[in-house]
Amino acid sequence: MRIINVDLVVSAIKEMCIEANHFLSQDMKDAIEEAAKKEESVVGRQILEQLQENLNIAKQEMIPICQDTGMAVIFMEIGQDVHFEGGFLEDAIHEGVRQGYGEGYLRKSVVGNPILRKNTGDNTPAIIHYSIVPGDQVHITVAPKGFGSENMSRIFMLKPSDGIEGVKNAVLTAVKDAGPNACPPMVVGVGIGGTFEKCALMAKRALSRPIDKRSEDSGMRELEEELLERINRSGIGPGGLGGTVTALAVNIDSYPTHIAGLPVAVNICCHVNRHATRSL
Amino acid sequence: MLPRKSPCHKKLVTESDGDRMADRLMCSELSQVGTVKEIEMNRHIEVPFLEASAASLRAGDCVYLTGILYTARDAAHKRMYEALERNESLPFDIRDGVIYYMGPSPARPGRVIGSAGPTTSSRMDKYAPILLDMGLKGMIGKGRRSQGVKDAVKRNGAVYFAAVGGAGALLSRSIVGAEVIAYEDLGTEAVRRLKVREFPVIVVADAEGNDLYDTAAQRYCREATVDCMNIGGAISQT
Ligand code: SF4
Repeated sequence: MRIINVDLVVSAIKEMCIEANHFLSQDMKDAIEEAAKKEESVVGRQILEQLQENLNIAKQEMIPICQDTGMAVIFMEIGQDVHFEGGFLEDAIHEGVRQGYGEGYLRKSVVGNPILRKNTGDNTPAIIHYSIVPGDQVHITVAPKGFGSENMSRIFMLKPSDGIEGVKNAVLTAVKDAGPNACPPMVVGVGIGGTFEKCALMAKRALSRPIDKRSEDSGMRELEEELLERINRSGIGPGGLGGTVTALAVNIDSYPTHIAGLPVAVNICCHVNRHATRSL
Repeated sequence: MLPRKSPCHKKLVTESDGDRMADRLMCSELSQVGTVKEIEMNRHIEVPFLEASAASLRAGDCVYLTGILYTARDAAHKRMYEALERNESLPFDIRDGVIYYMGPSPARPGRVIGSAGPTTSSRMDKYAPILLDMGLKGMIGKGRRSQGVKDAVKRNGAVYFAAVGGAGALLSRSIVGAEVIAYEDLGTEAVRRLKVREFPVIVVADAEGNDLYDTAAQRYCREATVDCMNIGGAISQT
């Protein structure tokens, strides 16, 4: 058994909130650079160049990449041989977010009651997803999620008879409806199968997969490639102002499902697809 | 020095005549789409608007705004709307003015503002027509507007601009002053008076009823199963 003090969790999460909001991961940067070379529209190319310049300014001057520094989505993969001490783990996670958003000059974008809508003032609470994994390490992913693209995300409870064509239509419909609102070029996370909530969670998790890594399942890989190509033929383009790069990647995760169902979740993320990871 | 950048602009600050020509070409690519005629590009415009300058802008124009913008997003619009319902006045003079749908991240010490890019405009669709009818002349945001908003833009000789979404660090460089003037308790959603210098935007919806999002995507659409005329359609029905 390994003992980890929750103070370590507080400081790791604080740092990751700041890191994710100022520095995009290298795979995302490479994808935007690649897109700027491929884009056929002149205006689209210039928008992509500006996004690259925006990333440089963010890094050099420590200004968040985007003013919507998101709701903090946190994946905690906890080794089953770990024991936490020094306080309640969940309190530590929220405290890390509170410190990160405060000390990092990040925007406080969370309202307490969704109907009454009073800002909580410190960007808490975070959205936390726990899973227990083998071993004695803790793997943390902090993925601040902006709501311009989150609002464009969808769940489709398809019928088994809708089949793969139904899945493709669902993804293309979600992307088309998102259009310019989701700050294209987008990253499209898709969850297929499971239950209502499982497919949503898979779609979210798929967004933090390295953007150049395709699904290990050959059928899903083909689907990812076909959908990316078709999305990029939609014409939406960078900023929604027309072009041949509408999405940078389609990342699909799947899970067994019920004989009666075919759930599909499409979680759309903008080009500011932020995630920081760390192991304790 | 401030950058002069819009999606149609390549070079920083000093622009030679050659650069200007290049900009014209790039912008005219956009404006030739659909029915929009060739128009004057890269205009530098003062805001609040003088006379009929808002009505003379056309979808696809790349312009730089210099002067005063007011920020307001969801919560501030709701409060302004409620104030009007109670026959109270708005916290600032909207006549000929421009509202920027934006909630910044906090400024670091010594800085004017934090990251400051546009938010999705459609959430303000419910409130925009009444403000336009009261004399608001411009809105800056990102994404589709409802037909109701576009009709109000047309009716009032106003304009809807897009700024590049997700480029908040870059856009913050064109903001040279910021002060909260109302609803301070709303935090990032408070109404701010911004002083901007050559703030880069593109005209999306104009006083003739053109919508750049309709025409621009159509030009590159090669996917039969996607209805290119209706991109962003589901959310623009309100
Ligand atoms: S959708 Fe993404 S890039 Fe656009 S404003 Fe929101 S967080 Fe920023």
